[in-house]
Amino acid sequence: MSGIAAIGIDAGSTTCKLVAVDPDGAIMSSVLEPTEPRVELQVQRMLDAIRAKQGADSSVPTIATGYGRKLIKEATRNLTEITCHARGVFRDLGRAGTLIDIGGQDSKVIQIGPDGRPIDFMMNDKCAAGTGRFLEYTAARLGVSVPELGARALCTAREEPISSTCTVFAESEIISLIARGAEPDAILRGLHRSLVGRVVSMARSVGVVAPLMLSGGVAKNEAVRKMIAEATVEEVVLPGEPQLMGAYGAALLGIS
Amino acid sequence: MTRLEALPHYVESNRFEHFVNYELLGKTALRVQRWRDQWKIARRRPRPDSALNPPLRSVVHMKEIMSRHYLEGRYAAGVRKVAWVTSGAPTEPLQALGYFLVYPENHAALCGVRRKAQSIAEEAEHAGWSRDICSYARTDIGAMISGKTPAGRLPRPDVLVCCTNICQTVLHWYRVLADYFECPLVLIDTPFLYGEANDHEVAYVKRQIEDMICVAEEIAGKSLDETRFREVMTNARRGAELWLEVLNRSQQRPAPMTAFDGFIHMGPIVDMRGEAVTVAYYERLIAELDERIERGIGAIKEERYRVLWDNLPIWFKIGEFSKWLAERGVNVVASTYTFAWGELAPMIDPTQPLDSMARVYLHPILNRSTGHKLDAMKRMVDEFQLDGVILHSDRSCKPYSLGQIDQRDRLVKTLGVPALLLEADHNDPRDYSDEQGSNRLEAFIEMMEPRA
Repeated sequence: MSGIAAIGIDAGSTTCKLVAVDPDGAIMSSVLEPTEPRVELQVQRMLDAIRAKQGADSSVPTIATGYGRKLIKEATRNLTEITCHARGVFRDLGRAGTLIDIGGQDSKVIQIGPDGRPIDFMMNDKCAAGTGRFLEYTAARLGVSVPELGARALCTAREEPISSTCTVFAESEIISLIARGAEPDAILRGLHRSLVGRVVSMARSVGVVAPLMLSGGVAKNEAVRKMIAEATVEEVVLPGEPQLMGAYGAALLGIS
Repeated sequence: MTRLEALPHYVESNRFEHFVNYELLGKTALRVQRWRDQWKIARRRPRPDSALNPPLRSVVHMKEIMSRHYLEGRYAAGVRKVAWVTSGAPTEPLQALGYFLVYPENHAALCGVRRKAQSIAEEAEHAGWSRDICSYARTDIGAMISGKTPAGRLPRPDVLVCCTNICQTVLHWYRVLADYFECPLVLIDTPFLYGEANDHEVAYVKRQIEDMICVAEEIAGKSLDETRFREVMTNARRGAELWLEVLNRSQQRPAPMTAFDGFIHMGPIVDMRGEAVTVAYYERLIAELDERIERGIGAIKEERYRVLWDNLPIWFKIGEFSKWLAERGVNVVASTYTFAWGELAPMIDPTQPLDSMARVYLHPILNRSTGHKLDAMKRMVDEFQLDGVILHSDRSCKPYSLGQIDQRDRLVKTLGVPALLLEADHNDPRDYSDEQGSNRLEAFIEMMEPRA
């Protein structure tokens, strides 16, 4: 008896996550890898590894979410990230409220109801601004790695306003700012403000109900957290593993 | 070279061509085509792999009626007087005067359904029209300057009638048409309504309709026959009443037709409002719907969720959407758009044709406040027992999309129904992303799942 009750897979645009849970919904094992071009092969390899490690077989319910979910042939069911993130965060934090999930390819605002199910949501429109890709793409122009982004943006009081909400045009603005001798950290601070402005505006259109929760890879960025709290005047609460919430929620839905 | 001379594809026909190609050969060929289609339907075997039940049998009659209309359009110029009109234009006097009517918006939708709209719109874009302009306008302007159309050929207009009760783009669009075709343009300005129309607003529109009749009479070379006018008005009222009945049949569970069927079956009430053939068609359609209701046959095999569609359809996607949603147990049973051609039926009074026309053409949903549309949607959620609402945020149609963010918010908060804002365009596939659209729709469906 392996003890694994379900496996959740979140095949995201930037990272691929697997979470295995026990019958009580506690995380037994998790894996996170950068997404490879052949995500279906990658997930199969990750699934085989987690099953071998936990001594599980293919009869364990497996729920897939994320943009690559439809490629996962072994999945018992596919569900959207909206439902899975809501369930994962609700279980982790035990509270209904507003969840902001900023992923690599999209950002979403989800209203979580008292039963942990989404009751409303809003996603970014057909544009990469307001997503992790916006920061990743623009930071690359400044030669800053993703993990250091938040700290660098917070280490200065100066802020260069980035007026464009388009990722490609923002890059042009950065080039102009560098040419004018602007401080890189101040540019980074401006970039964070631009992203947060877009996400908060989306949150307001759904309506912010406290507590304000964050999930997705960008939740690890302290500047984003701080600026969202400033803009919404709400306390920002984070689950233990914000990046795993989609896969965790998928696994929990596999049990139920 | 004048602009008109640059449009060599607008050729005139003579009575002989009209008789042979339309009356004799065309109508016969379409009748034979309908018989063949009916024969095929009779032999059709049920498809267990399809989530949709077989389409309505009446569709073959609609196809014949609409094809006949467009076929006559090919040979109408030079034989009948031709008017190009906006979808909300007061056309009944024109019909009574014997005009052949072309609805450029309907033609653009036809291009959309046939997936020709983008390449035709690009003709307009290459000629300098911005992509920010409505995709109907771009499609029709593209068709006008290039001659490309799935309808074969459209007749050149003798007069243009533009009514502002649907949007303001038509003002500029029809000026362009007037400039190219060198023909009179009649503009009917309808004040925007925040409540019900005042008497002076009705009088203002009525006077403009009277002016339109004068222009149309002069071009037609004859006076409006009162008896014929009343007959057209009677047919218009009956057609609209029947169309409303058709739509309301979907209050039944399971609904006998989807809103996607409605988008197709609305062809006659849009293009041939006031004609006896439209009345006869909807009587036939209602009989078939009643037969389905009696036998408990729904448009889709397993109707788990009933949904409202707001705004124009995404013409290039209606087939795919219909199938995709049916596979997930979703039946889009009602739409604010299809109702626009039926809900004003009670206002049509053939005994007071001009006064009632002025009133009717002031009250389309697009000429009324956003609060009015919200109330209409709330009523439909209740009457059709709906589980959710899809609001198509249509990049091209600003008047229809304006207010949708608030409307969506209020539907969610006051009625507790999931509501989705789906970004797309009614005719331009470049403004719709399949991956993002289906992801949002899937999340919306998951929200409608019954609570454990």
